[in-house]
Amino acid sequence: MTDVNPDNSQKGADISRRDFLRSGAAVATATLAPGVTLIAFGGSPAEAKADAGKRWGLLIDANKCASDCSACVSACSTENGWKGNGNAETDVQWIRKITLNNTETGREVTMPMMCQHCEEPPCVDVCPTGASFKREDGIVLVDKHTCIGCRYCMMACPFKARSFVHEPVNNQKSHAPRGQGTVESCTLCVHRVDKGGVPACVEACEATGHGAIIFGDLKDPQSDIAKRLAEYQSVALRPDLDLNPGVRYSGL
Amino acid sequence: MPRLLLVFALLIAAMSPALAQERSSLLPDIPKATGAPHPEGNEYWRRNHMDLMRHDRDLTMRDGDRDVGASLKSCFDCHAATNSAGAIVTYESEQHFCRTCHDYVAVKVDCFMCHRSTPDGVDEGAAHAATLPQTRLQGADGTSIIAYLRLVGQGDTGQGIQGND
Amino acid sequence: MERTIYREIKATRPVWGMAVMLGAFIAAALGSFFYVEHYGHIVTGMNNQVVWGLPHVFAIFLIVAASGALNVASIVSVFDRTDYKPLARLSALLAMALLVGGLAVLVLDLGRPDRIIVAMTTYNFKSIFAWNIFLYTGFLGVVALYLFAQMTVGIPYSRVRKAGTLAFVWRLALTTGTGSIFGWLVARPGYDAAIMAPMFIAMSFSFGLAMFILVVTTLCRLSHRPFGDLLMLRLGRLLAIFVAAVLYFTAVRHLTNLYATEHRAFEIFTLTAGGSITTLFWLGQVFIGGLAPLMVLFHPSFGKSPKAPVVASVLVVMGAFAQLYVIVIGGQAFPMPVFPGYEVSSNFFDGAVASYSPRWPELLLGLGGLAIALFVTGLGVKILRILPTNLSDANVGLNR
Repeated sequence: MTDVNPDNSQKGADISRRDFLRSGAAVATATLAPGVTLIAFGGSPAEAKADAGKRWGLLIDANKCASDCSACVSACSTENGWKGNGNAETDVQWIRKITLNNTETGREVTMPMMCQHCEEPPCVDVCPTGASFKREDGIVLVDKHTCIGCRYCMMACPFKARSFVHEPVNNQKSHAPRGQGTVESCTLCVHRVDKGGVPACVEACEATGHGAIIFGDLKDPQSDIAKRLAEYQSVALRPDLDLNPGVRYSGL
Repeated sequence: MPRLLLVFALLIAAMSPALAQERSSLLPDIPKATGAPHPEGNEYWRRNHMDLMRHDRDLTMRDGDRDVGASLKSCFDCHAATNSAGAIVTYESEQHFCRTCHDYVAVKVDCFMCHRSTPDGVDEGAAHAATLPQTRLQGADGTSIIAYLRLVGQGDTGQGIQGND
Repeated sequence: MERTIYREIKATRPVWGMAVMLGAFIAAALGSFFYVEHYGHIVTGMNNQVVWGLPHVFAIFLIVAASGALNVASIVSVFDRTDYKPLARLSALLAMALLVGGLAVLVLDLGRPDRIIVAMTTYNFKSIFAWNIFLYTGFLGVVALYLFAQMTVGIPYSRVRKAGTLAFVWRLALTTGTGSIFGWLVARPGYDAAIMAPMFIAMSFSFGLAMFILVVTTLCRLSHRPFGDLLMLRLGRLLAIFVAAVLYFTAVRHLTNLYATEHRAFEIFTLTAGGSITTLFWLGQVFIGGLAPLMVLFHPSFGKSPKAPVVASVLVVMGAFAQLYVIVIGGQAFPMPVFPGYEVSSNFFDGAVASYSPRWPELLLGLGGLAIALFVTGLGVKILRILPTNLSDANVGLNR
């Protein structure tokens, strides 16, 4: 009958794996501009819980975004375990590159687009079971334990940020569970943020040298993102809807 | 008197398996875990793991508290079962830790449509492909009933794709 | 005028034949459901751009028609028109049956239909969808109560009227809720309009009465029971009013959208540039579903035949599906104006009109819902005393 090996030699590796993940906060250092280094983005592992005193956000500078680069998309897909299956209409997209062409002036610019983590999210309002919810620190998530897959949030999202999983999923990342029949979108890499890290797209953009995406605490006046928002012009998408998103764009 | 002695003899014979304290082969064959046992004990965990997991998942999901006692990911640090070849099995195999009990009590588990069922680093894709009937019907056409029955005769009941119905 | 006698219909061969045919459609729908649930929605035509497709068109038709089918009974109990009284029981039964069919399609199309218990126990009360779950299940309860009151000997008529009034108010709330599912979506220019709720009310009057006419005609023919010509013409005139009301709300909605520059692009898409959506709008919704039934009902010679309301009802139902297709799929196909003034492109179909081609699983699921509704109606009429034995004009008190 079944023959199970009681001596699991992987046990020793398991403990050190857990400790390794905990130490991820140590790699949260990032250089955002010459002379400006952020050691931690407001959370040591001990304060990993969602904190209402913080509001996480992104600032995307479209001027710095290169049209032939999609490092943010690849990084997100590797980090969270989603990938395309060759069918663009049903493939999942947590983040995508958009090309904007001003019809009057002809100026063309590219930028990444993802869930805007609104303060008044329409997707949260319409979810019948409350699976789509906003955390204390502003990150909008889908609780897939409660999601029934009705796709009403996808109808309601003004930014087409959400995707429905049309096929069975396998080999998920342990920090990003995802499965067939539920709806998902950008989580602002909440598993990294809770350990004091930055989202994968921010890290990847930094690594390419473009530095088009900045992450930080919007409520902290000393954070780099807050300082930049206070000094340079930026917009929220679809401002007429008055959603106060956590993702802002400049250079559009 | 002889009939009374016969009854007593039969009673003692019936009790002997209990006296020998053998586990009935009808109960599930749960793979042994590694690492330190749960301080609350196996019985407590068997009875309450579903409520503990349900409560802690809400703490993690809604409050971002990842320092919880019943994290599904951390279960597999100790409860990663292996098959005879020494490879860690996924939920698709009947030898998976959760399957051994849940198959026995016929309670469907919803976790693994979204969660991985092995520790990080294990390639579940290969394990998934290996459990599909086509790969196990060596040489035979995947739709061949004769080949399937031959497999069943060998005791390989073929669980197929993880519980999707 | 005789007293109205309600009697179960006999299970003749044609009745059995109908039951078997409907059963086949139901079986096909269940097969489609298991197929989609196993392989995922990738086997349907719905995608990340058009997330609600043909099943939802069928489901919304059934739900809207359900609240409208109760109309005939409401006319009796709320507005005191006793000449329709013999039809009141069937009206209540049909309302429940259509709703059950619509809900079945909605639930079976969920991404995780195994989580229906979660949907029934966990609620976010800011969501109109959550309210609708209460409105739908409550409707079933209220109408069942109403039917029980009608059928039970000894209940004073005033009580029946109270139950009927409650059912009437409930069904208005239900249809308002259904329209608001779309009307409260701020993100899309094709929705986001307060007029969706009253427009859905008008649609419910029209679709519900059309379905009622078709069902009562078929049942009377199957059970060889007479149905008066004048009664049929009366129902036809009512249908004409409701069809005109739907046309009115449609016109107001589109004219308003055309006036506002920000919504004009969506109107140009629907009215001229939308390909199949435009065809369905003009040919399906406006002509077949609106103008043609009116032409049939007001035709100088054919309009006086009792066949006219039946023909008009068929046209209305066809137009209803076209209208809901335009609303549900047209509203999603048109790209959202996230960047006004810019031409947008991406690999996620931003800025592009989305395409949707329904496949067999969706069509079978939708048809199965309709089959469930009709099967339940037939079953109810077979085992309960719902259908009057004699609906001829003399019997109903319509003498000329």
